Amino acid sequence: MKIRELELEVMRYDPEKDDEPWFQTYTVPCNEDWVILDAINYVKDNLDTTLAYRWSCHMMVCGSCGMMINGEPSLTCKTFIRDLPDKVRVEPLENFPVERDLVVVLDDVMQKLHKVQPYIIRKDDPPAEDQEYIQSRGALAKFKQLTMCINCMCCYAACPQYGLDNNFIGPAALALAHRYNKDSRDQGQSDRLDILADYDGVWDCSFVGACSEVCPKHVDPAAAIQQMKVDGAVEFWKQKMGIPGDKS
Amino acid sequence: MSRKPYVRTMSTTTWYMRNGRYKVYVLRELTSFLVAFYCFLTIFALAALASDSPDRWNAFLASQQGTGMVIFHALALLYFLFFQTMPWFKLAPKAMPVQLGEKKLPDSFIIIGHYVAWVILSAFIFWLAGVI
Repeated sequence: MKIRELELEVMRYDPEKDDEPWFQTYTVPCNEDWVILDAINYVKDNLDTTLAYRWSCHMMVCGSCGMMINGEPSLTCKTFIRDLPDKVRVEPLENFPVERDLVVVLDDVMQKLHKVQPYIIRKDDPPAEDQEYIQSRGALAKFKQLTMCINCMCCYAACPQYGLDNNFIGPAALALAHRYNKDSRDQGQSDRLDILADYDGVWDCSFVGACSEVCPKHVDPAAAIQQMKVDGAVEFWKQKMGIPGDKS
Repeated sequence: MSRKPYVRTMSTTTWYMRNGRYKVYVLRELTSFLVAFYCFLTIFALAALASDSPDRWNAFLASQQGTGMVIFHALALLYFLFFQTMPWFKLAPKAMPVQLGEKKLPDSFIIIGHYVAWVILSAFIFWLAGVI
């Protein structure tokens, strides 16, 4: 296995000692098939045990290891060293407060994910005991891509709208709302409209599109938000004209 | 142990310098100045037309035919083309996906549809203006 030396510049912040973050450089002997997470793990195991960061699965499933790699929000388990220059800067995800080193505070987005009511809302009686909500493949295809989100929050780190004003509900939470709005089993679209069509909802998005470009799971939150703008406008006029809402 | 999260703020004046993606976005959004300019120009033209004074209308037409204005209009057209029309047509399938059964209509269909509509509308306007 070919070994390559990587100069890993890592942002450090210890809330008990530091007033502001600073950068520490480690020289890491990497295998060519390593990802950035492997290099960070090497630092933790061999060079500096004080380094704090989140990770779990190492296979793009858990969504914990999102960081800024040379200024770009990415999953460190997905970013191969062979695709990067010899000097790599790793920082905690932008637009979030830094708890310590590479760990960010995610409380705000956790509340936002909850706020959009990301669950199936039914207005009628539940199906009989031996019945179930039937969904066709075509109906599933309408939102399946949106179910791929792993809450890595790279989209929030890429979104300048959220960076400038974090009242904005933001890409992942809005995409999650759209996932339920588009689910043929759900009847809660009008319930979510108050949150989604509010000042901090879909209209705060100016379609920079960065969220979709950095999304490691190709969820395309920007598309979901634009579709919600269309749906919201249609729903608004339907309500104005007294037409009952339904699934489109 | 007490928590003391460090907040990194985003500059409200220079945030778009952070990466190329933001710069392209701002170039797209800057077309709004040109949109505003052409709105005012249309209002001027309508006011000249509504004034019932052929002199005023002719003066307006003359003001748009100078070399400087022609160059400006040509540059504005190019700017709109590269930073408004093309980006928005490219993004159109995101806002208006078309699903047929289980499959999505390929994005290229929607994008090409927009260009075709653009050519037809442009041809109509040229015909209206007596150019073709």
